[in-house]
Amino acid sequence: MSFPWAQQYKPATEFGQWMDDRLPVGRMIYNSLGAGYPTPRNLNYMWNFGSLAGVFLVVQIVTGIILAMHYAANADIAFDSVEHIMRNVNSGWMIRYAHANGASFFFIAIYLHIGRGLYYGSYKAPREMIWLLGVVIYLLAMATAFMGYVLPWGQMSFWGAKVITGLFEAIPLVGKPIQELLLGGFAPDNAALNRFFSLHYLLPFVIAGVIIMHIWALHIPGSNNPTGVSVKGKQDTVPFHPFYTAKDGWFLGLALIFFTAMLFFMPNALGHADNYIPANPLSTPAHIVPEWYFWPWYAILRAFTFDFFFVPAKLLGVLAMFSAILVWFFLPWLDKSPVRSGDYRPRFKKFFWFGLLPCIVVLGICGGAPAEEPYVMLSQLASAYYFAHFLIVLPLLSRIEKPEPLPNSITEAVTGKPLPEAS
Amino acid sequence: MASVDTAVEPSDSSASEPEIGGVRRRDFINIAAVSFAGVGVVATVFPLVNQMNPSADVLALSSIEVDISAIEPGQAIKSSWRKQPIFIRNLTAPEIEAANKVDLSALRDPETLADRTQPGKENWLITLGVCTHLGCVPLGAAQGEIKGEYEGYFCPCHGSHYDTAGRTRKGPAPTNLEVPEYSFLTDTVVKIG
Repeated sequence: MSFPWAQQYKPATEFGQWMDDRLPVGRMIYNSLGAGYPTPRNLNYMWNFGSLAGVFLVVQIVTGIILAMHYAANADIAFDSVEHIMRNVNSGWMIRYAHANGASFFFIAIYLHIGRGLYYGSYKAPREMIWLLGVVIYLLAMATAFMGYVLPWGQMSFWGAKVITGLFEAIPLVGKPIQELLLGGFAPDNAALNRFFSLHYLLPFVIAGVIIMHIWALHIPGSNNPTGVSVKGKQDTVPFHPFYTAKDGWFLGLALIFFTAMLFFMPNALGHADNYIPANPLSTPAHIVPEWYFWPWYAILRAFTFDFFFVPAKLLGVLAMFSAILVWFFLPWLDKSPVRSGDYRPRFKKFFWFGLLPCIVVLGICGGAPAEEPYVMLSQLASAYYFAHFLIVLPLLSRIEKPEPLPNSITEAVTGKPLPEAS
Repeated sequence: MASVDTAVEPSDSSASEPEIGGVRRRDFINIAAVSFAGVGVVATVFPLVNQMNPSADVLALSSIEVDISAIEPGQAIKSSWRKQPIFIRNLTAPEIEAANKVDLSALRDPETLADRTQPGKENWLITLGVCTHLGCVPLGAAQGEIKGEYEGYFCPCHGSHYDTAGRTRKGPAPTNLEVPEYSFLTDTVVKIG
């Protein structure tokens, strides 16, 4: 830990001392989640979604391992095995709905977590590595969620697999062989279903591994905070435990109320009814849409309806969709403003709340809507702004914007009193 | 506990002042919160463990009906119940006599033939075809199979011998062949399970 005033771990028992000399697990937990991690005293509720996303990943892994005990990854019986879980397995209906809705809640948490980072400049020095690992986690989560959605082998599963692997067909020259390689055939079938099941089981553990690195990287500089001003002394921090363990715990309880309300009263509200039709390779659903958390990216994919010189529209859409996420990797070097928090950047604030956010909402609406006017037009405009925001607005703002005066310290921002002489 | 270098106005809350026997208000809140969470964890874990119990479709297979009209005395058939073999044997008079002659004190698992059959239907010996030692299927039900030293069933895997009442007589089997729950629907149809 980089804070000299962090509380030191002292084993309370003889056995704890014995362990600490051999495998200091207790010390590691104490220093990452206990009183050994001094945390800024002014974190607001936007700082709760990291731990929440972690809890929902655990929920997904636990329910997923259980579902795999009853599910059969075979194109002939996969759909029936899901119905078997829903009807025959003790509490199977609850476990499957928890897994399906848990995915949505995981993405809600992760989106608010990312949005927090975007607004408060959590991607800026010295925290670039945390941000890059976070983008990796998000990409892995996308792949995992997509493959999981294929497993029930309903209509949306099948056509989702066909459409998304079809994206790779757009790659010049080698596209078709790559799609066939991914699917293990010419259309989604047993081979594709089995490999998706295998990878859907594997990737969450990879995500958990990257999360460990994400938290490791966080604990080098310590947490950012709503002012964006670095911690300057002991009085700016509180020990993580009991303060933020209690706050995270209370917030988890609140989130679980929403989650269980969803789970027990409207478990299918976020799903698509077509996925209760068994997969049929000979008939396509009226319009194929992904789950809600992919709608913005899907809108960007479909926004490109025109060829650009020698680049076909299909390839453009694919490139744009991947670029829309990959642009995040360059964010720490696109936004050069020395001020981290959007609270002290009047112009950035306007572009964030009235530019980027509505743009993503519009993309979301368009991605879930059928591909017809006015949605095509809207998604083209919103896609254009999306890229402009990251590639033009942010670099320009960091050069011309005059930030508001920053508080001298976190404590001063909280109490309104100047800092006492640091002890 | 934490220390933050800001003065806190003393309030009337008792979080910081010990009460009777050094018990603070906060101790109660801690215990209450942890207990509440504990109840929640138990309530959550129960269905997550219960899902491993037999599911509804497995339990639905738990009874079969067998027509036994074709089984002559001295013959036996193998049927399948809960994915396990069932032996239904029509005992001959000498076999019944042999079973009843045995002194109960000589048995490892003392039971009379009457205990193991239904009144008035003493000739129908219905048992699981599962050796009580390690679960192999004993021989002796089908025509021409070795019946063992006691003319009942013989499990060759580890050498368990059963007599004409399906009782363990020799070898490692600890208990008699299990008699499932069954009832005669008619004289020729038996419902197992």
